[in-house]
Amino acid sequence: MTPVLEVRGLVKRYGAARVLDGVDLSVDEHQVVTVIGASGSGKSTLLRCVDLLEEIDDGQVLLDGVDVSDPRCDAAAAQRRMAIVFQAFNLFPHMTAAQNVALAPRVVHRVPADEADERAQDLLRRVGLESFAGAYPDRLSGGQQQRVAIARALAVQPRLLLLDEITSALDPELVGEVLMIIRQLAESGITILMATHEMGFAKQVSDRVCFLDGGRVLEAGPPGQVLGSPVHDRTRQFLARVIAAGRLA
Amino acid sequence: MARRGRVGTGTAVTEPPVATELSPLARERLAYRRSRARRSALVAFSSTVVFAGAVGLGLASSPGWPRVRGTFFDVHVAWSSLPSILEGLWLNIRVLVVAEIGILVLGLVIAVLRTLRGPVFLPVRALATGYVDLFRGVPLLIALYLIGFGVPALRLQGVPTDTAVLGTATLILVYSAYVAEVFRAGIESVHPSQRAAARSLGLTHRQSMRLVVLPQAVRRVLPPLLNDFVALQKDVGLISVLGAVDAIRAAQIEAARTFNFTPYVVAALLFVLLAIPTGRVADAVAARSARRQGSS
Repeated sequence: MTPVLEVRGLVKRYGAARVLDGVDLSVDEHQVVTVIGASGSGKSTLLRCVDLLEEIDDGQVLLDGVDVSDPRCDAAAAQRRMAIVFQAFNLFPHMTAAQNVALAPRVVHRVPADEADERAQDLLRRVGLESFAGAYPDRLSGGQQQRVAIARALAVQPRLLLLDEITSALDPELVGEVLMIIRQLAESGITILMATHEMGFAKQVSDRVCFLDGGRVLEAGPPGQVLGSPVHDRTRQFLARVIAAGRLA
Repeated sequence: MARRGRVGTGTAVTEPPVATELSPLARERLAYRRSRARRSALVAFSSTVVFAGAVGLGLASSPGWPRVRGTFFDVHVAWSSLPSILEGLWLNIRVLVVAEIGILVLGLVIAVLRTLRGPVFLPVRALATGYVDLFRGVPLLIALYLIGFGVPALRLQGVPTDTAVLGTATLILVYSAYVAEVFRAGIESVHPSQRAAARSLGLTHRQSMRLVVLPQAVRRVLPPLLNDFVALQKDVGLISVLGAVDAIRAAQIEAARTFNFTPYVVAALLFVLLAIPTGRVADAVAARSARRQGSS
């Protein structure tokens, strides 16, 4: 079976620095794949490259077996089949929560306005924010904003959901409410590629964990193996630092 | 309120201060703040009186003052020239309204044209850039002469020759260049992550411009736009150089008729009166947007 996402030899440079130096990775349907690694190891860059928000320097991104990183391929059409949730939420501040969620269905997928509104209400209910439909983002807490951002991403019914360190900008007591929703999504069978620092969470929901180091996937496998008994020294060092910081529950 | 009334009238009931009431400490501080505020008001008032008195005295004691008072501040001339100046001002106001609408539309169009990507749009982009360079550089007075006297000289069919119309067109052309730059600054101030979010949802460039970037940009540049509007309020008077009988031209005619400069002072006061409300609105909008940006 063709994986939903396959990344082959992905290279991304910023000036002289090769942030990604030949990343290989694949995500099968209904799978949750987690990318871990130190800050600055290129996790976010990888996700942005997959979502075609960055131009890649070498390699391929295949969505359902089609090379969408080919400049001849319609990038917008590929982007319509993916959705990304950003670390900094990136909600549209001049729109209410419901308008944020209904925007893409309405203008991109040409869903009639009332149907789009209904879908937005359903999704906001799903993330526990039905009573905040009319609120503007600056009236919401960080956790609430991120839940709206998740609803906005789900509104386009993506084939692949990308989660870019979605809890990193949240206060510790707000992390739980966001992770609970992702857990439900994972159980409902949505295909997810995520970058995270929440190792405990990664262990629970992931089918595969990839450790990104030096611009490459140094180690990949089931979470128990990568997080429990890693093969590489670098992985062990990284996990030791994470444990020392109290982030591996 | 009622309780405080009872205590005030000296009823025997001695109630301990309730949580909703201010503690003695806070009350004492409040009283102190109030006394400071009273003191500040008093100082401000007396300093203003002294300052105004000094300026007035300086003016009145200058050797030419009686002459100046007669030539610039003649109440009788002011009153008799008021109707024709007001009539001229009405033309200024009409020009102002039409010009402002034209400026906002043209300015926004040029700003958006300058953000277009893609090789097809190179000529459009170049044209918009050249337009801004040209009309931002040329002095308004020269633009008025060139368009106001040059265009009618072409004797083209259907081209207006009315000086007020040509003056309005010139104001639109010149001011749009400024306003386009204000809009462009607003567009560029919207964080790239907003555009990334729009793009990741599959919105096209035009959709993300119209639905995501522009609404935020326009809100942000509202204070500088209002500032340009205040500047335009005065510059509408420049159409008088083309011969349109606006407030300034009317004042000039009255001044020539009465051999007195008071009509100019009247016209100036009317322009100031016109600018004050806009200035206050601009201040309020700026304060509001500053508050918003502080809170988010």
